[in-house]
Amino acid sequence: MLIQLGINLILALSLYFPLSAGQLSLGQGGFMAIGAYAASWLTASHAWPWPVAFAVAALVAGAVGALVGLPALRVRGIYLVLMTMAFGEIVRVFFLNFAPTGAAQGFRGMPFVTSLPLVAALGVATALLAARTAGSRMGRAFAAINRDELAAEVLGIDVTRAKLASFTVGAAVAGLAGALWAHYVQFIEPEEFGFARSVAPFTFVVVGGIDTFWGAVAGAALLTLLPEWLRFLKEWRLALYGLAMLAVMIVRPQGLIDHRLLRALRRWRPGHPREVAR
Amino acid sequence: MLGQQLVNGVMLGAVYALIAIGYTLIFGVLGMLHLAHGEVFMVGAFVGLVIATKYSGNVMLALAAAMLATGVLGLLIERVAFRPLRGAHHLAPLATTIGAGIALQETARWYFGPEQQGFPSTIALTLWELGPLRVSSVQVFILAAALLLMGAVHVFRARTRAGRAVRATAEDPVVAGLLGVNVGAVIALVFFVASALAGAAGVLVGLAYNSVHPFIGVQMGVKGLVVMLLGGLGNVPGAMLGGLVLGVLEVLGVAYFASSYRDAFAFGAVMLMLLLRPEGLLGLRLQRRD
Repeated sequence: MLIQLGINLILALSLYFPLSAGQLSLGQGGFMAIGAYAASWLTASHAWPWPVAFAVAALVAGAVGALVGLPALRVRGIYLVLMTMAFGEIVRVFFLNFAPTGAAQGFRGMPFVTSLPLVAALGVATALLAARTAGSRMGRAFAAINRDELAAEVLGIDVTRAKLASFTVGAAVAGLAGALWAHYVQFIEPEEFGFARSVAPFTFVVVGGIDTFWGAVAGAALLTLLPEWLRFLKEWRLALYGLAMLAVMIVRPQGLIDHRLLRALRRWRPGHPREVAR
Repeated sequence: MLGQQLVNGVMLGAVYALIAIGYTLIFGVLGMLHLAHGEVFMVGAFVGLVIATKYSGNVMLALAAAMLATGVLGLLIERVAFRPLRGAHHLAPLATTIGAGIALQETARWYFGPEQQGFPSTIALTLWELGPLRVSSVQVFILAAALLLMGAVHVFRARTRAGRAVRATAEDPVVAGLLGVNVGAVIALVFFVASALAGAAGVLVGLAYNSVHPFIGVQMGVKGLVVMLLGGLGNVPGAMLGGLVLGVLEVLGVAYFASSYRDAFAFGAVMLMLLLRPEGLLGLRLQRRD
């Protein structure tokens, strides 16, 4: 349960990076699949040590992210959403036909390495990366592009570089989430990385709030734990999960956590560590 | 052989077109994606199934009931998932419609069970041989119903007063409102029409493939998005053409290439389309409403 929460958190943060630069990707499931398959292939078929395999998996996913991000620079808004969605589905179809990793039969044989301490450590590391980025020069460039791309460019921000960087980092993080997932369930098949998987991090981030990376954290936590809390509802559980999502968005369209809430929290508890997002 | 495949492709394409017209109508007036549209399609298929089973295979009645039910469902979705969020961040309706879609899927699964179900076999099935082509009465019905509905949408948009209001709202909601168009009512009307079309498509797909289950809407919804994009966002004739193109492309691809690559055609076409011709097959100008 907590392991799943950690993986979902990393997945949510993988979407936070491109989204913070105004790029919504509905193809994170594709990057996750690439990371999961790359890491599994290295550990199961080539007996590589898992830390190396995980690192390579994240790098491969990041490299594919850069390749997709480059043409994606030409499209924005709804067109980017549809393009990344198409990419995710193409990745799924690719693994459905790719014999070295079992094609439609799925792939197994990887060792169990995704322990709770490992997920927790990597989750905290990713969150720290997001926090550091938000306060950095690059993070401010992302925020400027998100608000107004043209104005950001006029201010001298290298928009191409920043957008590509945000997209690539997001893809690499999603690849890492995939590697963790594969070495937790020890069996992966192409169908589990479909559209639903790409939609999940999006719902985490939007329900949590797209203003700050805390939103991604809160959204992943709430939407992973909610189905567990609703277990007493039996077969109505997931229907109510959907309705709860709807209700949260109607009450707080900006998501659970926004800048105002963070400022209120800071005032309420003086001496709270300096907030990085602004 | 080729002719037979083309018949199948056109039939599939006509269904895709019905779903994509709904997406594109809604995108036209709101500039937003309705990600529960595939689930509306699924509800239509189930309503059609229930009515056809109850009234001994009366497909006309099933079609009408499904369209009415999904039209009302569309009004409800607009009320709950779109209207409270007008003016909010443009990503918010994506999340609310995903939530509504999950709720619909799970309700259907609870009520009908997760298994595949078929339409009653009492529906009369005759096969006609047209030269080398074999066409069943169900196929003719599907094609005729889809074409009739598309024609009705075209006449509605082009010839009626309400249709003109829809086009004006799609052009510019603010100006349309200033000129006396009741924009709220137009949006509700668009949701009713779009959802009824999706419901009709649900019944037609149920008849064609004889398999209805709570999760048929997911892939269909994604395909509908693809078709909308092929036709150009907000472009209704484009959605009709895009549906036919994708349907024929998929059927031919499966017949002459490999069935496991079926979905790759659709999404490969999307990537190419976005890079080479983002305004769509019939698009004249690039809409920038993001």
